[in-house]
Amino acid sequence: MAFKGRDVISIRDFSKSEILQIISLAKELEKKPSPELMKGKIMASLFFEPSTRTRLSFSSAMERLGGKVLGFETKEFTSVSKGETLWDTIKMVSQYADVIVMRHSIEGAARLASEASSIPIINAGDGANQHPTQTILDMYTIEKELGKLEGLKIGFVGDLKYGRTVHSLCMAMSHFKPKMYFIAPEALKMPKPYLDDLSEKGIEYVEEADLMKFCGELDIMYMTRIQKERFPDPVEYNKLKGVYRIDKSITQKMKKGARILHPLPRIDEISIDVDDTENAAYFRQAANGVPVRQAILALVTGALK
Amino acid sequence: MKKEIIIPAIENGTVIDHIPSKVTFRVMRLLDPKEYTNTINVALNLESKKMGKKGLIKISGRMLTQDMVNKVALLAPSATVSIIKDYSVSKKVVVKVPEMIINLVKCTNPNCITNMEEVNTKFLTIKEIPLKLRCVYCEREISREDIQLK
Ligand SMILES: Nc1ncnc2c1ncn2[C@@H]1O[C@H](COP(=O)(O)OP(=O)(O)OP(=O)(O)O)[C@@H](O)[C@H]1O
Ligand SMILES: [Mg+2]
Ligand SMILES: [Zn+2]
Repeated sequence: MAFKGRDVISIRDFSKSEILQIISLAKELEKKPSPELMKGKIMASLFFEPSTRTRLSFSSAMERLGGKVLGFETKEFTSVSKGETLWDTIKMVSQYADVIVMRHSIEGAARLASEASSIPIINAGDGANQHPTQTILDMYTIEKELGKLEGLKIGFVGDLKYGRTVHSLCMAMSHFKPKMYFIAPEALKMPKPYLDDLSEKGIEYVEEADLMKFCGELDIMYMTRIQKERFPDPVEYNKLKGVYRIDKSITQKMKKGARILHPLPRIDEISIDVDDTENAAYFRQAANGVPVRQAILALVTGALK
Repeated sequence: MKKEIIIPAIENGTVIDHIPSKVTFRVMRLLDPKEYTNTINVALNLESKKMGKKGLIKISGRMLTQDMVNKVALLAPSATVSIIKDYSVSKKVVVKVPEMIINLVKCTNPNCITNMEEVNTKFLTIKEIPLKLRCVYCEREISREDIQLK
């Protein structure tokens, strides 16, 4: 499979075997650091919307491979004319760097950028749409924690309506014959197109509002934050914000070896005393961003095949 | 007597028949009539055995291309398109939704880059029955009822 020159815009663009190839390369890079691999290469980091975790994780990945990072982080690009600026900015930046990592608040911005760019674009989040490297690092974490991706029982908990990480992970894991559990209050249920897609693929799933009901069955519990920004009505938000809270009473019901993932940041949906249980995998998950992003950077720039 | 007789026969051109009455004007818009100088006849609410009420469009002097015909399928998959030569039907063209629909349909997602920017919209047809299109940019899926022409 040729990765050189490819954009990483949406998890849809990647086949099962391509995802597995990225994961196995990330494993190698984690075992054996390669501080010279990207020597002489430049990553442009364009954050039209601020982010700490993802931005630092990409920069760390690039620098640990011996590459250089240039870029900006700004809130200024929030006007309607944003897109115009985007096209020109990408045209210009693609002359200065070997790969562009970008985040933007508007859905589809990364795809448009890839049409303007002569170098690979890696989407680090476009509004509520896609954040493919997060999805691959989630999968990398599952594989590392449980030793496999096939045939798992995966529960998604919390905001399944707006959570882009949930949508992408659901799509990507559907390659691996899972059973899925969608645990959400009525107002935040998994959107129908995703469920239809699972039905079409013959993947079993259940929808449930009560976390207690299935928590003992899950191999993976993928917890999400209920985002205040999503609610026009604060009353509605206040009703829902605390509906799920993982504490020791939940982890005690969980299967031995089951893992809790969370894309972070958390508010209070996982209580701090869960952090030192064997189930808590979310901090390791965050750290896994570096080798996964190293693998992706190396592949699309052609530093590795 | 054929009911269509109420619309004049044409010597050469294209007839789009079996359009659901409700979408006839939108099909008309899709064909971009300001591009045409010849006579166009549009009829609504004609009796039809197959579909109750139907619409019909007759365009003189213009043979629609396959691309044009395919656009019609977006709104009216039931439509039949006949090419008329010398007052008789010379060819029936099957309407088929195009694989990629470029700059014809608006994205329903207000936060999509195509609604912020002077960008051509692009939709991929992922399913024909029932129709499901996906925005190439924001990945929003839309069905036939959501279709708004640009
Ligand atoms: N010379 C013509 N001028 C205008 N319209 C015509 C002409 N000849 C045929 N048509 C129209 O073209 C369409 C197809 O003609 P055809 O004779 O095949 O009718 P049909 O058997 O009813 O076909 P269908 O099954 O598509 O309804 C009909 O709507 C008919 O009224
Ligand atoms: Mg007829
Ligand atoms: Zn869109």
